[in-house]
Amino acid sequence: MPEGQQPILELQGITKSFGGVEALRGVDFALLPGEIHGLVGENGAGKSTLMKIIAGVHTEFSGRFLIGGQETHFRSARDAHAAGIAMVHQELSVAPDLTVAENVFLGNQPTNRLGLVQWRRMAREAGEQLSRFGIDVDPMSRLGDLPIGLQQLIEIARVLFSGARIVILDEPTSALSPPEVERLFATLKRLREQGTAIVFISHFIEDILRVSDTVTVFRNGRKVAETASAATTKGALIEAMIGRGGEALEHSYSDDLMLPRPSDSSVVLKVDQLSLARSLQDVSFEARAGEVLGIYGFMGCGQQELSRILFGKLKPDAGTLAVDGKPKTFASTAAARRAGVALVPESRRAMLFHQEPVYKNISISILDRISSLLLKPAQEREIAQRQVEQLQIRPPVVGLDLGMLSGGNQQKVALAKWLTYPPKLLVLCEPTRGMDVGAKNDVINIVRDLRAKGLAIIVLSTEPETVLSLADRILVLKRGAVVREFKNEPVSKDRLLEAA
Amino acid sequence: MASSETAPAAGQRAKGLAPFLRSQMRNIAPFLTLIFLSGFFALASPSFATIDNLGNILTQVSVTGIIAVGLTFVILCAEIDLSIAGIANVTGIAVAYFTLQESYVNIPNIPLAGAAAILLAILLCAALGLVNALGLTVIGIPSFIMTLAMMQIAAGISALLVRGQIAYKVPSLITTLGSGSIGGIPWIVIVAAIMLLGGHLVLTYTRFGRYVYMVGGNREAAEYSGLNVKLILGSVMVISAVCSGIGGMLGVAHFGSAQQNEFDTYLLDSIAAVVVGGTSLFGGRGGIGNTIVGLFVLGVLNNGLDHVNIDSFLKILIRGVILLMALIINVYAQRLREKAAD
Repeated sequence: MPEGQQPILELQGITKSFGGVEALRGVDFALLPGEIHGLVGENGAGKSTLMKIIAGVHTEFSGRFLIGGQETHFRSARDAHAAGIAMVHQELSVAPDLTVAENVFLGNQPTNRLGLVQWRRMAREAGEQLSRFGIDVDPMSRLGDLPIGLQQLIEIARVLFSGARIVILDEPTSALSPPEVERLFATLKRLREQGTAIVFISHFIEDILRVSDTVTVFRNGRKVAETASAATTKGALIEAMIGRGGEALEHSYSDDLMLPRPSDSSVVLKVDQLSLARSLQDVSFEARAGEVLGIYGFMGCGQQELSRILFGKLKPDAGTLAVDGKPKTFASTAAARRAGVALVPESRRAMLFHQEPVYKNISISILDRISSLLLKPAQEREIAQRQVEQLQIRPPVVGLDLGMLSGGNQQKVALAKWLTYPPKLLVLCEPTRGMDVGAKNDVINIVRDLRAKGLAIIVLSTEPETVLSLADRILVLKRGAVVREFKNEPVSKDRLLEAA
Repeated sequence: MASSETAPAAGQRAKGLAPFLRSQMRNIAPFLTLIFLSGFFALASPSFATIDNLGNILTQVSVTGIIAVGLTFVILCAEIDLSIAGIANVTGIAVAYFTLQESYVNIPNIPLAGAAAILLAILLCAALGLVNALGLTVIGIPSFIMTLAMMQIAAGISALLVRGQIAYKVPSLITTLGSGSIGGIPWIVIVAAIMLLGGHLVLTYTRFGRYVYMVGGNREAAEYSGLNVKLILGSVMVISAVCSGIGGMLGVAHFGSAQQNEFDTYLLDSIAAVVVGGTSLFGGRGGIGNTIVGLFVLGVLNNGLDHVNIDSFLKILIRGVILLMALIINVYAQRLREKAAD
């Protein structure tokens, strides 16, 4: 970090609370021009809250807020934007039905004197901007037709080239493939040379260490460390994040990990020559009882479609499924559930009822078994209570609305819902995405318990760590086809990435 | 159930009364509206707050109430049924069509025994509801459009059956339930009360009722829980049509005639009753209790305006304004709740 430079942004003693709960306690934060500043911390540590204060989303807080040495108070995100602050939020926020060029110029399309949009100019300039970023697409194509990773890259490009002096990126790499990450990093470094200040939030600590100049660590609403990236290590950062020895919880997986000998227990699911339009080509595999099958691939490799087919939400164009040796064609998710298949999709919002209490979320999958006509709420609560205690869901109150729980605990409820069933085959999509280290570890242990009980489990993930920490056997999916199977052999993050 | 619900309520109260009240605004606001309107009319007119007039109000809202039972199921699933009035009308006409009419009624009808007439009429409305259900779930037509078409189809069948004429006779059971009374209480009020109670019990205490709330609360999550969402959506469309049909048959007996366009005002009234009562248009929140409050708000409003000597043309405007206010509260309550959940 260059010394003696005037910070472009300075926050002093920031405290922010939500309904009596302090999300930030007396945080100081300074950002220098031409600096890439990494932020790490577990979920709920206060990173996003601080960034939302900077971006003018949260306007009520106490403490001093200075831009270029001048005290400022934003009343809205529009004020922050006018002051040269732009943010890319974690969730994709693009207009899929508009063209690429319209998305790039969203809100400030070039117009002529009559106020009409200058389409040709817009397309040309959008194309130039994107090619500076290494993206080669037709600016007039519909954005929604592009792969998700590319859409995210275009959104980031839009913000990076908006002329903002301060750019905040919240988990920008989660949907990107390694080459796309490289392109993003190269662009960030170029912007840094032009004097733009960049804040980079990520769960991927390697990414933070690679690209940032300074790292700040948050824990429980406080800033617990700020250090030059070159002077720290992943282990030290994890330790600062969770406040206890972190090495054991998350190994780097850069070393080889030995996969066990393939199980010879009974085949629960047999998938043969599955194909779906542009998403899947001739996918065949087996899942066995008491085994975790990992399926790894980049975003858009066909994982999502595959999981939906297994649970009867999508119909394949060709190919067959067999559960316990009996051929099945799932006409609906209800049919898949009856056959003993359960799915936890990557989005918790898609499978949980946020306005309903925890026990109703858990009992929904077994309601037809405990009651034929009339509900038995006492029994539902009892079953839910058992799961809540077993999975250590906090707070352990089954009557609480689900929306009151943290993300990690919601994910456990999503698992609890199927554990009471229990299925023969459990399909988990991104079971640990966006979770803090502690909750991740809990989920890993739950999955291992289930394997020990003889369930067949399929874990689909775009994060190599997730697959490596859970799977006994790993398939690599690339552009909808199985390109490699790892079994009874050493495997590492590098080998996985290489195969994908 | 009541005892099992105290735990979360107590938990919420521990965090302060204000958030609890905010999360309950959907239920409180309609109730306050009802108390306010009743108080206002009681002060404004001496003839309003009497036992006799309470009986009037109950009778006046009965047909709407019967129709609104089924509609509550539909709206709880975040769907809509615009064919309720049309189906009520065609069912009322059908039961008269299968009944022997006086000789001066010039309709080429098919007189049958009373029980057969009622059975055929019920089958007709159930069949129309099934068409709604299939259109919605199998073909995938949005319920708004599907039932708009069904509204026309039902009106068309009605027109073909009566051909511009008016029929008067319906089976004696229907006549009794629609216009008779027992111990001074009109049968139609009793039928409405029983159907509302039945709807409440189904929604609160049965597995199907839970599924209705879950599908309405988050349809995607219901599907990912392995529920047969299409079956549930289809069922509520049929329930709605059958409730409308029953309302239509009793309505015909109550009015004393069966003719074209007889039920047109019941479409808006029923939707208004459900929504004014606080059942969420986004699904998953509310219930028959809310619908009952909504029915009373509408009943008191309609009845009270008759007592206070007001320009009858202004009444229509006032009703519109009250409905708008209820919609604002409905949307606002949803937002408050979502905030409380965050």
